[in-house]
Amino acid sequence: MRRLRTHAALLAMLAGTAGLWSSPWPGASTAAAAGQNQTPAPSQQPEIELVIGGDAGTPPRYAVPDFVASSPDAAEIAKTIGQVLWDDLAFEREFYLIPRDTYSTIPPARSPEQVPFAAWRELGADAVFFGSVQKSGDKVVVQVRLFNVRTRQQVFSKEYSGTASNPRLYAHTAADEVHLQQRALRGVARTKLSFVSDRNRERLLGPIDNREVKEIYIADYDGANQRRITTTRQLNLNPSWSPDARAVAYSSYRNITPQIFISLIYQGVLENATKNVGSNFMPVFSPDGTKIVFVSNRDGNTEIYVMNRDGSNVRRLTTHPAYESTPTWSPNAAQIAFTSDRSGKPQIYIMNAADGSNVRRLTVNESYADRATWSPAPFNEIAYTAQTGEWYDIKIHELATGTVRQITFGEGSNEGPAYSSNGKHLAFTSTRAGGTQVFTIGRDGRGLKQITRSGNNQTPAWSQ
Amino acid sequence: MFTSRGLGIALAIVCLLAAPACARRSKPPLPPQPAPLAEAPPSVTPTPPPPRAGAQRVEDLQPAAPALSEDSVANRSLDELNRDSPLRPAFFLLDSSDLDDSGRTIVNGNVEILKKYPQWVVTIEGHCDERGTAEYNLALGERRASAVKTYMVSLGIAPDRLRTVSYGKEFPFDQAHTEDGWSKNRRAHFVITAK
Repeated sequence: MRRLRTHAALLAMLAGTAGLWSSPWPGASTAAAAGQNQTPAPSQQPEIELVIGGDAGTPPRYAVPDFVASSPDAAEIAKTIGQVLWDDLAFEREFYLIPRDTYSTIPPARSPEQVPFAAWRELGADAVFFGSVQKSGDKVVVQVRLFNVRTRQQVFSKEYSGTASNPRLYAHTAADEVHLQQRALRGVARTKLSFVSDRNRERLLGPIDNREVKEIYIADYDGANQRRITTTRQLNLNPSWSPDARAVAYSSYRNITPQIFISLIYQGVLENATKNVGSNFMPVFSPDGTKIVFVSNRDGNTEIYVMNRDGSNVRRLTTHPAYESTPTWSPNAAQIAFTSDRSGKPQIYIMNAADGSNVRRLTVNESYADRATWSPAPFNEIAYTAQTGEWYDIKIHELATGTVRQITFGEGSNEGPAYSSNGKHLAFTSTRAGGTQVFTIGRDGRGLKQITRSGNNQTPAWSQ
Repeated sequence: MFTSRGLGIALAIVCLLAAPACARRSKPPLPPQPAPLAEAPPSVTPTPPPPRAGAQRVEDLQPAAPALSEDSVANRSLDELNRDSPLRPAFFLLDSSDLDDSGRTIVNGNVEILKKYPQWVVTIEGHCDERGTAEYNLALGERRASAVKTYMVSLGIAPDRLRTVSYGKEFPFDQAHTEDGWSKNRRAHFVITAK
């Protein structure tokens, strides 16, 4: 059964349909299947075993030695790529990454033909990389190969070329491709975070003292390359990525009442989608990117609306004298989870996205719940902020079973969960480390990682 | 300026008892001017030039002259008015958007001032303390601002002179993580946007 599922996942991967992956570890002898035959005869073994296994029941052990610089001026880039590749692979926790300092005595191979397999075998590695970087002018050529230490066969080989300006991207790309090939997993190494920060300590324009601006920032998923994408010197809140990760929608107070703006971040184009009708908050792109669900008081009360991405065809989804806010789409866009305080305190509800019908309450055992975020497939769960004592923690509601688990436990106040595109991780904010900072954590509550360290940072969004 | 609710109430009552000069008398020292900003965003209201320091000092030397003070309120720029606003903030209880007696007293005073200056247009900002999620506090701030607007309209202020905006917990007045700080942050703040 386990074997069959692995085969199915691999077939899906080979057919180019990512998103599926099997959770149990394949045995060491698992091979890529050429067909759907459940018990292939030895004569039907494929030419190369693509998937590297570990010892039975344990993840394969990976080694990422330093990349080799083919020219002296490539040394720094080579060092960066090796370390970032190790970090990217460790982040997904699909493999066991052997600590790099334990193999500092094994000299990196100068060529793919010189990989010292015996030494890697002695270290206990199941998989080892060979990488090289050649630099000429501002161009680099990066080679990445992955070997099965037991069979000494090459199972992955890619050559990337481009500018030398962001060497981390080569490591991110290789990590995503290795995860896809070995685990049929959509890695998140090339995804980005967006969040709100007051780190510039600029004073708000206008007549009121004692206020600092909050601008929208973006960063790589691991916190590298943090940069500001708004310069409004105003308050900006609740960024949301378009599915193609080329636009960020957010609400901005630049026209005094908050409006939803869409920033095409690589073109420098800004669109005012809500056109100064009422106050408008919390935009979230639909999974296909054609619509935006948002919150507005344009009809007097705070309700949930949906509009086309260009601001046309505004439709109201909720009609209730209580407060409705903080919408999130289900992955198939058929439903929307949101917050309402119709019961007295904020709680999470779900409704049909088409017309706001079929409203039902999700959180029934919380005193206060807000900021639902719906996991992508293959998971089917909703994370939210829940009051636990005086402050807040992140909890996850599994929709199939109705069970709720908590993933933060009172270390500071924890708010604002946002899923990664493969559903394995969440970004959130915590006050545990001084100020309010963005962290990432696994959906199992493991692998906490601090992303921001400067100023206060809030309401993270994670790109696909 | 609003170190205690009692002081705010007392000042509001003084204002109610009619002294156009009241605002002048209750004025604290002018805060330092913000540093000039390199780039200006699009703004609905043009920013007037900063006041001349000398003129301010002369005014402060003559706080008791009602006629002069009234003129100075009428003549002050929007920035000057808002830096030392005659309109007092109204405070709220935890997780509440109801104006209590002390809140209504403060708003009553603001209504009298708006009746005296019928050309003034005001934005009512709703603010919250940090207890509560960022998202839900935007709702609470909206409710606070709306509650104040509804009350002011009931006292005869034209609705089109009052705009509401919620800032949630984004702009605490007091950064302290204590009940004393929080009580100052749960507020409706008044900004004069046209005169």
